[in-house]
Amino acid sequence: MSELLLEIRDLHARVDGKPILRGVNLELRAGEVHAVMGPNGSGKSTLANVLAGREGYEVTRGSVHYRGADLLAMAPEARARAGVFLAFQYPVEIPGVTNSYFMKASLNAVRAERGLPPLDAIDFLALVKQKMKELEMDEKFLSRSVNEGFSGGEKKRNEILQLSLLEPVLAVLDETDSGLDIDALRVVADGVNRLRSPERAVLAITHYQRLLEYLVPDRTHVLIGGRIAKSGDRGLALELEKRGYAWIEAEAR
Amino acid sequence: MRGVAAERAFERIFRGAPRERAAEEAWRAFAERGLPTTRDEDWRFTPLAALESVEFAAPEAGEIPAQALAAACARVGDARRTTATTRASLGSAIDPKLAPFAALNAALADGGELIDVSAACSRQLPFHLIRWLGGGAQLASPRVRITVRAGARATVIEHFLGASDAHSLANSATELVLERGAQLDYVQLQELPETAFHVSSLAARQEADSRLRATSLALGARLSRVQVLATLSGEGAELELAGLYLGRGSQHQDHHTTIDHASPRTTSRELFKGILDGRAHGVFHGRVQVRPGAQKIDAAQTNRALLLSDGAVVDSKPQLEIYADDVKCSHGASIGQLDPDQLFYLRSRGLDPVAARALLSFAFASEVLERLPLPALREALEERLLAWLPRKSAP
Repeated sequence: MSELLLEIRDLHARVDGKPILRGVNLELRAGEVHAVMGPNGSGKSTLANVLAGREGYEVTRGSVHYRGADLLAMAPEARARAGVFLAFQYPVEIPGVTNSYFMKASLNAVRAERGLPPLDAIDFLALVKQKMKELEMDEKFLSRSVNEGFSGGEKKRNEILQLSLLEPVLAVLDETDSGLDIDALRVVADGVNRLRSPERAVLAITHYQRLLEYLVPDRTHVLIGGRIAKSGDRGLALELEKRGYAWIEAEAR
Repeated sequence: MRGVAAERAFERIFRGAPRERAAEEAWRAFAERGLPTTRDEDWRFTPLAALESVEFAAPEAGEIPAQALAAACARVGDARRTTATTRASLGSAIDPKLAPFAALNAALADGGELIDVSAACSRQLPFHLIRWLGGGAQLASPRVRITVRAGARATVIEHFLGASDAHSLANSATELVLERGAQLDYVQLQELPETAFHVSSLAARQEADSRLRATSLALGARLSRVQVLATLSGEGAELELAGLYLGRGSQHQDHHTTIDHASPRTTSRELFKGILDGRAHGVFHGRVQVRPGAQKIDAAQTNRALLLSDGAVVDSKPQLEIYADDVKCSHGASIGQLDPDQLFYLRSRGLDPVAARALLSFAFASEVLERLPLPALREALEERLLAWLPRKSAP
């Protein structure tokens, strides 16, 4: 069996004192793509934020291990450098910081952790331009401030651009498909698919199954009320599309 | 005067040299009020206790050699070599409202510079005025008048530097006169040691269709007060007034600005940004006046401060006095810490907290720095800012 990259055990987490996750169990191995689906308020984004280490998400019970190490004990930057990447649902705008400066600083921080020398401006530019071409992104986005004034779709593409630059071992996609039209969805999914390899894994959190038509998951988990209520293969995602979540909610009770 | 040590020292310096009549009058104007206190509304947030106790001495000869490096076609003069009338008129653009420090400067200034840029001066070499503040506790009173003639353009940098650990006071006066259609880029770069004092009185008068871009970069000094009075006296005149102030330790950075829209169809844009750490205190007072009958005014003011520590304080006071009805005036102020969502975003991409905080602080200030006229100056200031930013991870 391939390496166990992510092991979530009985994970409980609160936001503003309110319990959101109530015992999540999940295992993700190298080479796999798993989808986490669920209705609004089921805890999907909380799971993504806990994995990335955002403040304000309080883990009250359980554990998360990444390649055998205690992920929850790691600072957000340490997680990123170790190969964990979260594509944000709502990427923040950072006026005054150019996209290229930011991405170069980020890439070199991650490269340093991997024992690689920093890329200079010329090599970085060549690399990022090639990645932008693959994602059908205009080069003008390099000199613009990070996400500032980007449309919803442009922000999502910018997330996937960072993903393809940083080449993480574990990519967590938080509703990356929301706000994308069908062409953008295909481009973004292709970007993620290019990254798929026997060493890497993807956890795709999504409300709708349409992303999964392009990014075909090995397993689908349904998150309801802060627990994985059902797991299955790709057929489960299609069934959810047809029947909605109510029947699983009923089963879970 | 209340007879505090500094006032007595000023009087000794004044009596210590023969003075012209205009200087006598200026001294009387100063002595009548003396140093302001926090009971004076315009000085409410800037206590001068630290300055009051210093026994200032007259500057050593040549301690502040103002050096004007400039395009050869402009006239640069030493006011001491001009007529008494010219000398008396130097400082006339400086409103008594900027007193008492402007009056003190007029009483004690020894000469001063006159920079006169004519339209024939087509080369765009900048003027770089170097103000060197000597050590110990000297009182320096530099003054300059920069006149940009009709249709002419100029760039002037007035640069304040000083001996390390100087407790000296640079009490400077700067007059900017823009004739019709003139364009001036003026930068006041204050990099005094954090033991020194700086009070800057800056008066600008703009005739029709002139454009002034004035930027104050207050990076050093223990206490700095930059007071600006800009008068838009001709139709179509445009003013862009910007500032960046940095404070740490117990530094005090005060900008006190008055923009007088004395003529219709005049425009002003004001942008001040401050980064404060330690127990630093920042003050911004922005007054915008629109005179009766001055219609079609467009004025916008922004003051934003970034506090990097719990001990840092900023006082911000916008003051709009509008006596015309067809005007567009806006103001906005914000005081805050770094945005936690932005910090998290950068960290989640591998940047350590120190680098992330520095990058966001830098981005905050860059809005002012990117307006600087010369690329070399811009780059120098960016490096200066990066070196200044704290190497720590949390407030």
